[in-house]
Amino acid sequence: MKRVLPLLVPLVALAVWEAAARLSHVSHELLPPPEKVAYRLWDGFAHGGMTGDLAASLLRELSGFVIGATGGVALGLLLGLSRPACRLLGPLFLGYRQVALFAWVPLLSMWFGGGEQGKVAFIALAAMAPSAVNTWRGTSALPHSYIELSRVLMFRPLDYVRFVALPGALPAILTGLRSSLIAAWLATVGAELFLDVAPGLGGRMNEGRETFQMDLVLASVVLLGLLGLTFSRLAVAAEKSLLKRRAA
Amino acid sequence: MFALEITGVDRTFHVAGKPVPALRDISLSIREGEFVAIVGGSGCGKSTLLRLILGLDRPDRGEVRVGGQPVRGPGLDRGIVFQEHRLLPWLTAETNVAAALRRSGLDSAQRRQRVAEYLDLVGLTAFAKAWPAQLSGGMAQRVAIARALVNRPRFLLLDEPLGALDALTRLRLQAELARIVRHGGTTALLVTHDVDEAVFLADRLVVMQPHPGRISDVLTVDPAARRDRSSAVFLRVRDKVLGMLGVETEAVRAGAYETAA
Repeated sequence: MKRVLPLLVPLVALAVWEAAARLSHVSHELLPPPEKVAYRLWDGFAHGGMTGDLAASLLRELSGFVIGATGGVALGLLLGLSRPACRLLGPLFLGYRQVALFAWVPLLSMWFGGGEQGKVAFIALAAMAPSAVNTWRGTSALPHSYIELSRVLMFRPLDYVRFVALPGALPAILTGLRSSLIAAWLATVGAELFLDVAPGLGGRMNEGRETFQMDLVLASVVLLGLLGLTFSRLAVAAEKSLLKRRAA
Repeated sequence: MFALEITGVDRTFHVAGKPVPALRDISLSIREGEFVAIVGGSGCGKSTLLRLILGLDRPDRGEVRVGGQPVRGPGLDRGIVFQEHRLLPWLTAETNVAAALRRSGLDSAQRRQRVAEYLDLVGLTAFAKAWPAQLSGGMAQRVAIARALVNRPRFLLLDEPLGALDALTRLRLQAELARIVRHGGTTALLVTHDVDEAVFLADRLVVMQPHPGRISDVLTVDPAARRDRSSAVFLRVRDKVLGMLGVETEAVRAGAYETAA
């Protein structure tokens, strides 16, 4: 029962979709039934070069994620551990968070171009914020007793980072990295849809829209969702195994 | 030569704009190798006094000297065991102890050897690779004792170290603590509200009273009292101290010790 329950809603949704496509008067061009989308997905991988698109999107996402998350964790550590840095940069960073991500698209495409560089820069920018926020919170919320202990043991600042701050904030940092991974994936599609056309899932969706192949659009959407889910699952599993030894 | 000299120390905190005196005119000297216990109820400033000795806080007036030198900050010549073990949960027992040696100047082989030596002293060699979450409260506190001693401090400070443990573990660790401290000949200062524990462990008792925190009495414990918790000497010292803290026992009320004293 426990295993079946999470599948219940998706199955009902699928049934509703199927019924809507069959019973309504909406044309299959606009709302293709699920089996047509599933076939399109299979066909895409078998003959349509979908594997190449998927690989291109994944590579783009991961490059942006690595750059953005690294910068984010570094910024978060700086904000969480250095009071002057927090005073100087904290308000600026919080202000930056209020600006919608897509507002940077014009600027980024001017600086980096609409090609690969611009896309990766956009993804990196999206991935940066969640890592920075969580690392910042995690390091500044460490219990005072650990700070006192570090003083008693005469830790140097680097010892404090290595033995207390980083491992102490690890759960928060991992949460941040997971959010960054998802944000990077969302931004990948955004970059592919709004910047120059290039191989990738977003490019595929554009193509589907322009040539009026809704089955292709929907197949891409399903694939994006499945991959997002996989990322999330992998991240949770990695988090669990990394934090396992802390609990008895 | 005194290991610790506290002269005329005052410390006042400000709570909601109002001055709250935590310590007033504290003077106390502890000889090299002595085991002194500070007993007192809550609010008597015992933990504030420990923080001053550790160098985590400064007195408003007066001076704290360790080994003749005025205390200006924390140092490896003073080791501390807190009430909660404060082990870092992401390090094993062994690496928790080793973390205290970061500033010791020992090379890595010497550090390994030193860590093994002190885990052996507290009887936890078999648990060197265990995580804190896998240890019982008493075991975790023994690791904390090893961590406090691994730098061979001149001074061991104990801030109600057994206060969070169950009664049986506490009794066992008291005996253990007596052995460990005498083994190294370390000068020790124990802060506790457990009068039995203080009488059992210490050469000298310092009784503190609250509002403001001050020393009311200092008494030397007859070594005979330490040998047996149920002996008349032990009970007499204990009841006397309890009386100073405002707890009158049945025996005192009945005048049981009048003739003996």
